[in-house]
Amino acid sequence: MTKVLVVDDSNSIRDMVSFTLKSAGYQTVEAKDGQEGLSKAQGDSFDLVISDVNMPNMDGIALCTELRKLANFKFTPILMLTTESSTDMKMRGKAAGATGWLVKPFNPEKLLATIKRVVR
Amino acid sequence: MTVDLSQFIPSFLEESFEGLELMESGLLNLQEGDSELIHSIFRAAHSIKGGAGTFGFENVTDFTHLVETLLDEMRDGRREITSEDTEILLESVDCIRLLIEAARDGEEYDNEKIEQTSKRLTATLDGKDNSKEACVNTEEVIKSPNDVEYLIHFVPELSLAKTGNDPIFLFTALAELGVLTIEADSSSLPALNDIDPLELYLSWQLKLISSASIDDIKEIFEWVEDECELDIIIIDKDNSAPSSTVQDAEQSSNEQVKEVKETQEVEVSSLTDTPNPSEVTKESTAAIKPKAKSDVGSIRVGVDKVDSLINLVGELVITQSMLSELGSDFDMSKVDRLTNGLEQLLQNTKELQESVMRIRMLPISFAFNRFPRLVHDLANKTGKDMELVIKGEQTELDKTVMEQIGDPLVHLIRNAVDHGIESSEVRLANGKPKQGVISLDAYHQGGNIVIEISDDGGGIDRENVFSKAVEKGLVDANATLTDSQVYDLLFEPGFSTAAEVTDISGRGVGMDVVKRNIQALGGRIQVDSTPGEGSTFKVNLPLTLAILDGQLVKVGTETYIIPLISIVESLQIEKEFLNRVSGDMDLYRLRDDNVPILPIYQLFNINTQCTDLDNALLVVVESDGQKVGLMVDDLLAQQQVVIKSLKDNYQQVLGISGATILGDGSVAMILDIPGMIQMALEKAQRIQLKKYPNHTDKVGEYI
Repeated sequence: MTKVLVVDDSNSIRDMVSFTLKSAGYQTVEAKDGQEGLSKAQGDSFDLVISDVNMPNMDGIALCTELRKLANFKFTPILMLTTESSTDMKMRGKAAGATGWLVKPFNPEKLLATIKRVVR
Repeated sequence: MTVDLSQFIPSFLEESFEGLELMESGLLNLQEGDSELIHSIFRAAHSIKGGAGTFGFENVTDFTHLVETLLDEMRDGRREITSEDTEILLESVDCIRLLIEAARDGEEYDNEKIEQTSKRLTATLDGKDNSKEACVNTEEVIKSPNDVEYLIHFVPELSLAKTGNDPIFLFTALAELGVLTIEADSSSLPALNDIDPLELYLSWQLKLISSASIDDIKEIFEWVEDECELDIIIIDKDNSAPSSTVQDAEQSSNEQVKEVKETQEVEVSSLTDTPNPSEVTKESTAAIKPKAKSDVGSIRVGVDKVDSLINLVGELVITQSMLSELGSDFDMSKVDRLTNGLEQLLQNTKELQESVMRIRMLPISFAFNRFPRLVHDLANKTGKDMELVIKGEQTELDKTVMEQIGDPLVHLIRNAVDHGIESSEVRLANGKPKQGVISLDAYHQGGNIVIEISDDGGGIDRENVFSKAVEKGLVDANATLTDSQVYDLLFEPGFSTAAEVTDISGRGVGMDVVKRNIQALGGRIQVDSTPGEGSTFKVNLPLTLAILDGQLVKVGTETYIIPLISIVESLQIEKEFLNRVSGDMDLYRLRDDNVPILPIYQLFNINTQCTDLDNALLVVVESDGQKVGLMVDDLLAQQQVVIKSLKDNYQQVLGISGATILGDGSVAMILDIPGMIQMALEKAQRIQLKKYPNHTDKVGEYI
């Protein structure tokens, strides 16, 4: 079963993403910031990581950088969830090793369709 | 597939309101260079915008977007943090709240305010550059009418896999657009020895027949466009010759994008012509409409509280199983164990009760949170310089009490700002610091919570209050009153000392309502003031409305409960202190007071043996400064009782505030002391009128 790590500091966004993914048959693990996301990622493996950019403690960019250092996450798709659709943000994500980005707001169908580009 | 997200709306709303509170308190404390704070404000706005968009609250998204942009500029240091900007942002917070509330209740909102604020925001933003935001959120909708054949040449960089992208998924996504044929080119594959397993050596030729636009295809490659060579060639069916070539080498693709943008701009401008919500909103009806009740009816409970409950329930289960084991095989030799078990059960129940009560308890910061903003706004409005000091915000209070105490507190604070704190000039002239201080404190005292609102202003002018009261006919000009009696005049209906009525307070409809509300919660309010040094309003409230400390008393065969908080003392009547006055009213001399005696058996028509006043038991109670003695047959235990509403279960009865179920299963009425005093006065007046129809004095004045 495809296992997804969802990292967002907003409860409702996290719940929503998680719910959408679950309803499409994915398994999800949630974390409320980069720090928690990283500790959940250590010693576990995921097929996909979806992370917000703006978060307390550790932001999404830093999380991405850290994840890419882990052997388990070398090739794991990491999608940044962001309202900032500026190229600057994309470049920073890319530089940190992000696979792609999802621009908020999005609807559930779109979310599911988009992540098909990186996972089964 | 459709996914219903509406179940997440309540949690989004709750979170948004929390976010707004955070923004508000953050903005009030915002100073240049405090990057952590501005980040957290930005994050709050950001989350609201993201969530609102997802749930389809477009007006919230649009508005918050402006706020976010402004905050973003501040965050990046592109904009200095000025007090004007902070004001606009504070106002915007109000607007967002308004919009979210409107979205929640499905109601109309004050569109004028929103538009004004959003215009101001835009104007502020225009002062700086806003080019960055020009083309966000434009949907790319260009569709070819029929199926088109595309030739796609895809040469990924060697390192593509390291970004987490895998071509196979891209192809799967492409295949969903139409009919896809794939051809891999493995010519650049090195010899086995030289292969780096982390790199990607293949490239692909793809042929797609689809009705999708070229942009749909490009979107799929969106995440890899910088890590690959991508050529998309359209083979027109009619011409069978390439009509346009898109090379994803930078320059040509930029041209393509430009073309696309032009078409977009046309669409966007036509969209902005469509009617906006203002025309739907009926003029000014929204402004007049009373605000919907904002109670969502749910409580957020800390995990520790739930844990302790589960823990207690566990213990209860253990005790229960111990007792039932004991009961299945009981003889008198085990009576000790039974007593122990029951003791434990009592303990468990008590703790469980306390824990359950704790769930309804919230820190008073929920009520206090809005006051910094209030004081900030009031300070701006009045031009007075002041700060608000909040203490004891972790003090816990029942949710229901909290909800109802908010408005009275707002009034008391407005009052302190308007009447308490003097203008800076006056303060300096009196040798006080220029900045006034209003402090808000909450603490527990006995079974009550005390909230103090104090200011270091001019204090209450005793003479002024007194003469005003005389002028309004509230008190006799010759009466001698103690300080506290004078201060109590402030709570009389129709009293206002402000020389001029301002829009902050001073309409004279406030303080009496404040007092009434506090009394309705079973609390009381006291005023203390020192001329020149300030005033303190002290509000005493019960911690909860669900449980009451009561004195059980017996009248005839009935048991009644008198709230302990209103009992002054209990005594046995001594004959020499009894006085009978006109109107069949008996007075009892209690030190300096004459206390009228109300025999409960008379009031409620109960048959009892104890009708003789001599040696009878008298419970002296006080309400509203009025003391009366309730004559009872016997004093029983004091205990906590759970209040059951009589109104919900039966109907409202004068003199009774509720009922409870006692340990033996019987129902006992809880006496409503102010109501009883009212009843007694009315009864005495009726008798008085019957006896002396021309005598107009109120019986109450004998008291």
